[in-house]
Amino acid sequence: MVSLSINGMQAKVPEGTTILDAAKQMNFRIPTLCHHDDLCVAGNCRVCVVEQLGAKSLVAACAAPVSEGMQILTNSLKVRSARKHIIELLLSEHNADCTKCYKNGMCELQNLSNEFAVGDHIFIDLNTIKDYTVDRFSPSIQKDDSKCIRCQRCVRTCEQLQGVNALTVAYKGDEQRISTFEDLSMAEVICTNCGQCINRCPTGALVERTYLDEVWDAILDPNKHVVVQTAPAVRVGLGEELGLEPGKRVTGQMVAALKRLGFDSVLDTDFTADLTIMEEGTELLTRLKQALVDKNPDVALPMTTSCSPGWVKFIEHTYPEYLPNVSSCKSPQQMFGALAKTYYSQNRNLDPKNVVSVSIMPCTAKKYEANRPEMRSSGFKDVDYVLTTRELARMIKQAGVEFSQLKEDKYDSIMGASSGAGVIFGATGGVMEAALRTAYEIVTGREVPFENLNITPVRGMEGVRQASVLIEDCKEEWSFLNGVELKCAIAHGLVNARELMDGVKSGEINVHFIEVMACPGGCLGGGGQPIPTNEEIRKKRTEAIYAEDMSMEVRKSHENPEIIGIYKEFLGEPLGHKSHELLHTHYTERVRY
Amino acid sequence: MSSQHVKRVDLIFEKIECREVLKKVVDIEPDDICQEVLDSDLKGRGGAGFPTGLKWRFTAKEKDPVKYIVCNADEGEPGTFKDREILDQVPGKVFCGMAIAGRAIGAKVGYVYLRGEYKFLIPKLNEELIKFHKTMDEFNQNFRILIRLGSGAYICGEESALFESIEGKRGEPRNKPPYPTVSGLFGKPTVINNVETLVHTVMIMNYGASHFKELGTKDSRGSKVFSVSGDTPKAGIFELELGMTVDEFVNDFGDGDTKAVQVGGASGFCVPRKKFDETIIGFEGMPTGGSMKLFNSSRSMYNVLHNYLDFFTEESCGQCTPCRVGCQQLLKGVEAVKRGEKNSKYLDELVKLAKTMKRASKCGLGQSVGNAFGSIVENFKEEIIY
Repeated sequence: MVSLSINGMQAKVPEGTTILDAAKQMNFRIPTLCHHDDLCVAGNCRVCVVEQLGAKSLVAACAAPVSEGMQILTNSLKVRSARKHIIELLLSEHNADCTKCYKNGMCELQNLSNEFAVGDHIFIDLNTIKDYTVDRFSPSIQKDDSKCIRCQRCVRTCEQLQGVNALTVAYKGDEQRISTFEDLSMAEVICTNCGQCINRCPTGALVERTYLDEVWDAILDPNKHVVVQTAPAVRVGLGEELGLEPGKRVTGQMVAALKRLGFDSVLDTDFTADLTIMEEGTELLTRLKQALVDKNPDVALPMTTSCSPGWVKFIEHTYPEYLPNVSSCKSPQQMFGALAKTYYSQNRNLDPKNVVSVSIMPCTAKKYEANRPEMRSSGFKDVDYVLTTRELARMIKQAGVEFSQLKEDKYDSIMGASSGAGVIFGATGGVMEAALRTAYEIVTGREVPFENLNITPVRGMEGVRQASVLIEDCKEEWSFLNGVELKCAIAHGLVNARELMDGVKSGEINVHFIEVMACPGGCLGGGGQPIPTNEEIRKKRTEAIYAEDMSMEVRKSHENPEIIGIYKEFLGEPLGHKSHELLHTHYTERVRY
Repeated sequence: MSSQHVKRVDLIFEKIECREVLKKVVDIEPDDICQEVLDSDLKGRGGAGFPTGLKWRFTAKEKDPVKYIVCNADEGEPGTFKDREILDQVPGKVFCGMAIAGRAIGAKVGYVYLRGEYKFLIPKLNEELIKFHKTMDEFNQNFRILIRLGSGAYICGEESALFESIEGKRGEPRNKPPYPTVSGLFGKPTVINNVETLVHTVMIMNYGASHFKELGTKDSRGSKVFSVSGDTPKAGIFELELGMTVDEFVNDFGDGDTKAVQVGGASGFCVPRKKFDETIIGFEGMPTGGSMKLFNSSRSMYNVLHNYLDFFTEESCGQCTPCRVGCQQLLKGVEAVKRGEKNSKYLDELVKLAKTMKRASKCGLGQSVGNAFGSIVENFKEEIIY
């Protein structure tokens, strides 16, 4: 333990604690901008400077560890004047046209400027001198350098959490900015559209491309039938954006709100999550059969999941040699989209050209996915508009819906019923768990041998996890799997996906099935989820996801009555002709920058 | 003009048999080497003036089996060109100094980080390096030196940015602590010394600490190589005894009309005529990495300041707020005052800003922008305003 004093008060903290954390423990909040709980120390915005008695210069509280006998002042004259100067400097460089900014009211720089009552603007406006263009080429992410404060949170996110390095620091001095390979647009580089940078950007420099007006126009157009689907993780995140505590499940209220917004039909992506399990589980079993029985050497194993569009684009850029290993299943969003304009439209006697399909996603990469040229198998754009959890919250506010007062409502039908297995798609390991619940039962005729169907070995927050299930006493048609130890691996966050894939490449990791989610914690930590994010918040959302699973009547995808129905009425069988046409896709090798 | 001369010294460029020094040094215990350098009171010649022996001893005490010695040859301070000459004239002595440091701290690998613009020196350095490595083999010393070339960024002369650059990353300063002696190049304990400092250690090991201490003052022992430029009939490189006043220097090197001397380059201080007499060039007064730029009355100090600020605005790495934006504000600020767009009181605001930059910047670059700014504005205010 190290003793120090902060503002004259004595404290003892463990060695290695930063001044920032030590102060926090003593209930002194030191303002920060470049600091983020998920990222390594940067120490470059300097907003957190404090005075250390006896030291020549001020020290950055986020970067400096405590030392024995240290005397710290967090609010001395020197500190106040430096801090105010630094905020003023940032503002002089910043496009301070706040009323026109998407992050107005949710900007950390704005908050600080307010807190320090910076009204004088003593310095010369540098922002207008510089020539900035907003990068709107990506369908997912909008980048506006004029609002960037160069804290490099996005760069650290892209490098340390995602291992993608699409964003990097470029140039120096007054020309320094955050850029990409050869200053290409975000649409042209290795960016996976995961949006983790957006989740950590303190200002409006990185935001999602928003499609609110388009969706409102569709809703308010009497000739359009607007169908909305909601991803599993939205129901455990939306509350945060509307003032509730993290980890609050708001499924029923969300459905009620969507109905009040005027959507013609409020349906659930969880339905197609269940469908994904049917298709993907069958695909896995088929691949295993081809490998083990037919001894086909060309079968690509391990098979990987394909529900995370960030992961799909990542593997297309980074490990194109493994594209045959990626499940050909579309993501639940895209399966839903394809069915909305076929199965659903037929069922409701609607002309699919008048059906507008909107999805609410915890994700920004879904916006990109919906725009992929492959995603038009219904004959139309399968998903017309993708909104993030944050955008939905904004719609709710715009419509004046008192969210906290809403009574729970139920999803419409068809394509509104789901199982607990569909819900857990929202957490890392969830697809694996859902797949095992179904595949094990298909093969053995028995439930997975875990208490309450909770396959805990695949859960958790460790970056790369491995687990296995021994398959015994199979049904006759699956007897070739008798005694097989089905091995699986799970990664979340692309830096961990890279580790996992490198392990597969080197032969160190030898498994049959791999689940990868591009975002930390899985979709519940997605780039479209409420800001802020940190491990604690993600854990609360995870708990909520599993609680939601436990609350469901049906816990296994193949027992979802609407799933049974769609195969009977429309699809025939998993991997059947219709499935191939509507629910499966292919991938493209992409550039490595 | 006075004919009185500041004392010339010839240690750095003295041609000596490095082989003999190395032969002697390989038999000296590492700690004794540190002690000898410590006894000499040698302070770093890059400008910051940290006691070299102390730096070596701190690193020697670290337990890590892998350590590095880095020679900072990224001579980028405007008006400094002495290291180029040293590397050109006596490269063997630089390598010899690295070998001595390597033995003192237990490093098996040394890096020379050479300023990109000094690329032309590489053939010569490589040639000398082959000879040097042969000598090391001969004495059964498993010590190797690698040369790495910078790409022209001033910031890469800052030690931790320099490490980042060698490691193949963008040259941005790191947070300190940890200091290089604990975690430097590739995260290993590292000694980083200026070219000239390393050559001094050779001479100290050759002639002894007491010989080195015969020159200079209590706080500034020995001699130093100066890069003299500007309005002077004697521009060039001179090794001079430390401890002289600016007045003595100007008497020797001035053109008879010197109105100011910029000591230590863009990151140093501007000494006006009225303070020549009281300002000692050395660690007790005005420390310098060697740049001495003289200005006569034909020069506009506004232009001088503008030039420096322009330089810093471009050469700040851009990482930390006070330096990146502060430099731009100082530059735009003096321009606005000059044009009459801001009144002269605005200079006071800028002086306060410069103070914040000194206190709150992440590295030495941002912390020293205020030196030139403060001293020029304080002493030549009317030239800035009118």
